[in-house]
Amino acid sequence: MDASASGKLWLRVFVVGIVLVLLAVPQVAGRFWQYLTLNILLLSLFSLSFNLLFGMTGLLSFGHAAFYATGAYATALFLRTGMVPLLPSVIMGTVAAALLAALIGFFCVRHTHVYFAMLTLAFGMMVYAIVWKWTPVTGGDDGLVGIPRGSLSIPGLFTIQMGPLAHYYYFLTILALLGMYALYRISRSPFGLILNGMRENAGRVEFAGISARRYLWWTFTIAGLFAGLAGSLMAPLESTVAPASAHWAKSAEPVMASLIGGPFVFAGPIVGSLIYIGLKEVIVRFTQYWLLIFGAVLLILVLGFRGGVVGFLLRRVARANVPLSPAEE
Amino acid sequence: MVGTLVYQGLVGLSEAMYLWLVAAGLSLIFGVLRVLNFAHGSLYMLGAYLAFYFIRALGGNFWVGLLLGPVVVASVGWALEFFFLRRVYQLDVAFQLLLTFAFVLIFDDLVKLVWGPLYQSVSTPPVLSGAVLFMGRPYPVYNLFILTVGSLVGLGLWLLLERTPWGTLVRAAASDREMASALGVRVPRLYTGVFIFGAWLAALGGALSVPVHTISPGMGESIIIEAFLVVVIGGLGSLKGAFLGAVLIGLLHAYGIMYLPMFELALAYIGMAIVLIIRPWGMFGVREA
Repeated sequence: MDASASGKLWLRVFVVGIVLVLLAVPQVAGRFWQYLTLNILLLSLFSLSFNLLFGMTGLLSFGHAAFYATGAYATALFLRTGMVPLLPSVIMGTVAAALLAALIGFFCVRHTHVYFAMLTLAFGMMVYAIVWKWTPVTGGDDGLVGIPRGSLSIPGLFTIQMGPLAHYYYFLTILALLGMYALYRISRSPFGLILNGMRENAGRVEFAGISARRYLWWTFTIAGLFAGLAGSLMAPLESTVAPASAHWAKSAEPVMASLIGGPFVFAGPIVGSLIYIGLKEVIVRFTQYWLLIFGAVLLILVLGFRGGVVGFLLRRVARANVPLSPAEE
Repeated sequence: MVGTLVYQGLVGLSEAMYLWLVAAGLSLIFGVLRVLNFAHGSLYMLGAYLAFYFIRALGGNFWVGLLLGPVVVASVGWALEFFFLRRVYQLDVAFQLLLTFAFVLIFDDLVKLVWGPLYQSVSTPPVLSGAVLFMGRPYPVYNLFILTVGSLVGLGLWLLLERTPWGTLVRAAASDREMASALGVRVPRLYTGVFIFGAWLAALGGALSVPVHTISPGMGESIIIEAFLVVVIGGLGSLKGAFLGAVLIGLLHAYGIMYLPMFELALAYIGMAIVLIIRPWGMFGVREA
């Protein structure tokens, strides 16, 4: 067995181990740890969807929370009717986010990377303003409260009430893991290879007869879809959705998690989410100005550690041929 | 009817001037340094807070605040360029964006830390308070002052870039950095100078807004988003585009609030979407490869 094959085997063992640990959490840990774990999973999914754009194509979105919030609000609205069960609500919330991403993406991928960053921030804050002002539907300033979790059922077979946190824990964990796996498959597919090609040299990909704009549009929509899934899963967990979920400060979270973990390795944003939530949990005990601290962290990462924690470790430990950033290859 | 239209247009124009000052600096910095400064709205906010601080600390004199606030922000701009931005020019554009974004987070919280999260305000200086009758309606003197300052800055910028040796060097570095450098232009120093100047412009806008707008930690984010709309419509890197874009957004707001209050917010975005479809590089922008 050569080195890379045994590396792959160990990676699989590691991933299976993590999944087993995740499934065991409600059996051994209390509500605090369950809740923390779920938040890490949600941010991981949200960050991976952001990084599908950033890590794969180099496009930096500062308005990704728009889709997270759309998923959350749409799911909340369906659940609050009391007529739509949990799973269809989550699916429809996710689809709503994808549709909005397709609409906004149409405008954002038309120009250079600088324009993309500017436009995503502007459109993201447009969604925030709509959420803030459209009080009859979104609850305005107060947001939507009292969102029921409903139940998961196949008529005639079984019904599981999602009220208890441990029940919802499994629902969220399984869907989030499925979402992450789907993103992994997308990034390793021929589609993902083309995206990587565009990051390295967009001109050459165009010469190969591929419409970069259409590929980026699709990627933007897919990224919005998974961000929407994260938001859709968040709403029943918190049982409230607030306008802050659409604010640019929320959009900064996946940016930070991806940068901390390392945007050029698939698992980077997951590691980053773990560190981000852990750090935030500690920092908020001392100060409410945690964005200040994360701003400083981001500054240091950009100036010195562009490969993030995972990139740094891979370089150090395995001396693997991991580029620090695409620009430096 | 016509009176209302003209009057409301003048209101929109005076609001456009703050936006013009921010968009001008943003566009100038991008045109020369090729860096989009996300923290430009934060510099506007910093200009407002520092002007407010100096006005309060030095006996309530508006002019002192207007002078000192932007000067301090200009030196903050120097530090930003000299110690941080310089290190990322050769990197992928994403890291330049991330660097300036980090400063948005830092400045926003710093302002809350120093001045608190509440709204602040100062009164208009006596010379500029009151109103003149215009078509039978009172038009604030301060708005006339803002219109004058905005136009003077526009004229000054044009003279500076087109009629002075420094402006020639700036334009040379903007169009071909390497060639300018080979011909003996000290490009790094020029970059610092342009960034300082852009920061000063944003802070001037912020300081000027102090007597009429309330100052709050959220003011930076709202102005940067509007400035983005302006430069997307006008074309990033074009000063003419920044001016006309700002005027357009100002007028859209002024008329929108009057005739379509439900859609006032959406108008600017619809305008931007139309420009993006017809001319993605903006009204006066240059098509980039």
